Amino acid sequence: MGSRFDIRRQTGFTAIAMICFFALYLPIITVVVYAFNAGSSIAIWEGVSLRWFYQAWNNNQVVDASIRSLQIASVAATIATIVATMAALATTRTKPYPGLGFKYAFINQPLMVPEIVTAVALLIFFSRIKIWTGYSGLGYLMAAHTAFCIPFAYLPIRARLENMDLTLEVAAADLYATPWKAFRRVTFPLLWPGILAGLMLAFVISLDDVVITEFVKSGGQDTLPTYMLGQFRRVITPEINAISTVFLLISILIVTVFFFISRKKDQE
Amino acid sequence: MGTGSALKSGRKNGVIVPEQPGKSAIEVRGVRKVFGTGESQVAALDTVSVSIRENEFFTLLGPSGCGKTTLLRLIAGFDFPSAGEILLHGQDIAPLPPFKRPVNTVFQNYALFPHMTVAENIGFGLEMLGKPKAEVKARVAEMLKLVKMEALSGRRTSQISGGQQQRVALARALAPQPKVLLLDEPLSALDFKLRKEMQIELKRLQHETGITFIFVTHDQEEALTMSDRIAVMSSGRILQVGTPWDIYDKPAERFVADFIGETNFLTAAITGMANGKARATLKSGATIDATVAEGFQPKDNATVVVRPEHAKLTSGKGDLSGTVENIVYFGTDTHIHVRLDSSEAFTVRQQNTRSAGCGFERGDKVGISIGNDAAQVLRD
Repeated sequence: MGSRFDIRRQTGFTAIAMICFFALYLPIITVVVYAFNAGSSIAIWEGVSLRWFYQAWNNNQVVDASIRSLQIASVAATIATIVATMAALATTRTKPYPGLGFKYAFINQPLMVPEIVTAVALLIFFSRIKIWTGYSGLGYLMAAHTAFCIPFAYLPIRARLENMDLTLEVAAADLYATPWKAFRRVTFPLLWPGILAGLMLAFVISLDDVVITEFVKSGGQDTLPTYMLGQFRRVITPEINAISTVFLLISILIVTVFFFISRKKDQE
Repeated sequence: MGTGSALKSGRKNGVIVPEQPGKSAIEVRGVRKVFGTGESQVAALDTVSVSIRENEFFTLLGPSGCGKTTLLRLIAGFDFPSAGEILLHGQDIAPLPPFKRPVNTVFQNYALFPHMTVAENIGFGLEMLGKPKAEVKARVAEMLKLVKMEALSGRRTSQISGGQQQRVALARALAPQPKVLLLDEPLSALDFKLRKEMQIELKRLQHETGITFIFVTHDQEEALTMSDRIAVMSSGRILQVGTPWDIYDKPAERFVADFIGETNFLTAAITGMANGKARATLKSGATIDATVAEGFQPKDNATVVVRPEHAKLTSGKGDLSGTVENIVYFGTDTHIHVRLDSSEAFTVRQQNTRSAGCGFERGDKVGISIGNDAAQVLRD
């Protein structure tokens, strides 16, 4: 009698929450801790050292793979965001019509089709083109990454557009702004946080991809994740931990920067 | 579209400035607007024609869904008519996009740009017209002064109150000196006191700027107090256009009489016409003189309307007789609801005095006398 049902007051709720919390973060903490291991094991602690960070930094393969990853992610995220912005504008600035739902599904296809299926399809598709054209550069990886980044860029941009007051664009037109000027002066500045969110999300997703990259890449085109995967097949040293730690830091940095940018925008 | 060459003269960005302003600022000719296709087709505007004069405070009044906002959007260029012409100082603007019309709008939700300051909002239209920076700055300062917002020019629009946002919206729409200002229920979001204030403010701005205002509202009191002329709309048609006095005292149709103020409807037999007035015999047998609505076709039976304050309650015999059903005190006046012997309902509004009551009680047998110039015969 008396007290109402409150999930926070249920017995064992705290314990369950703590278990979930540890299950999520304990492995990551372990990886970070052992990155500073002085010994060459990822499980036996032998003292604090930065040697694995130095080693990774001086490992040409790691540096090459990192640069390649950043190149692919930059190009793919940029193109995907531009395409996603145009797609979002086209699908929100129109009256609903039959087939619009199909278009949403079409744009979001990479979220629904299993990645491995896409990977195999691209492998076969690109291998043909490679034979015909003789080109075997990074273009294939960039194209593949662009394709699966589009929905990730599209979702936050569309969300932002759907929440935008359409009368603002009408008001701009009423005040003598041509459609292009209305977009540049009103729609785009208000859409900017959404575009930035889409760009960062796409960037992180591209940076992180293993499956499609593994299938599409030609020889000597390892990205950081596929390089790390390759290392696991040989010797595992805390160098992997060091790379992961840096990776983690970059991700946290991007998310934090975005958080502050979007918060500032919303306050205006 | 026929007027192409005439449209080229004038302001930058192709916005037209008429050489010789005619008498009417806006002339709507046979405009139809149909939404949807086939079976689900709905005529939001059914062949509307109206002429709006220069320097006029013109109100489109009607319930929601009557087509008043649709008409406003057609004049602004946010929608295009299915048929008909919209002339601005004699030139057809119906096919022009909104950014080529020297017409600005104050939106119901104000639609201020949230990423710009108050001053940037006000200057936006001028900037888009390609005016030099110094001119924009001067005009913005002038507008800020006009709406008494000088102190807040650097604020974001989210940091000011609803009433202040309203003023900024007005200043923004007035800054490019439009030929016509369109106002889409701009006061509906304000509380009662602020609304009263802004009504006076709007009248002042219209007077000071000399710009034609086209004001859309569903509030009949607002329409009566602010307008030079009113167009009463219902179901996509304009039923009557006239001064507030015309609309209130000489309603043309039942809808107009019913929508604006309170009124009494009586069935009467028209027995003759003399000096432009009709002789109407009421069910009680009394015969009264009544003015006749425009477009009235002589017929045997018609509806006569009498405003509650134009009838007088007497304890003796009057033009009508009945029993007092209810008495409602309103401070300035008292409404006395009478059930006539003909079983029709009739309300009399009586001015209150400080000392005495209204002089009648529920159940009293009363007479009602209708003054010489109190009745109007409707056309429908």
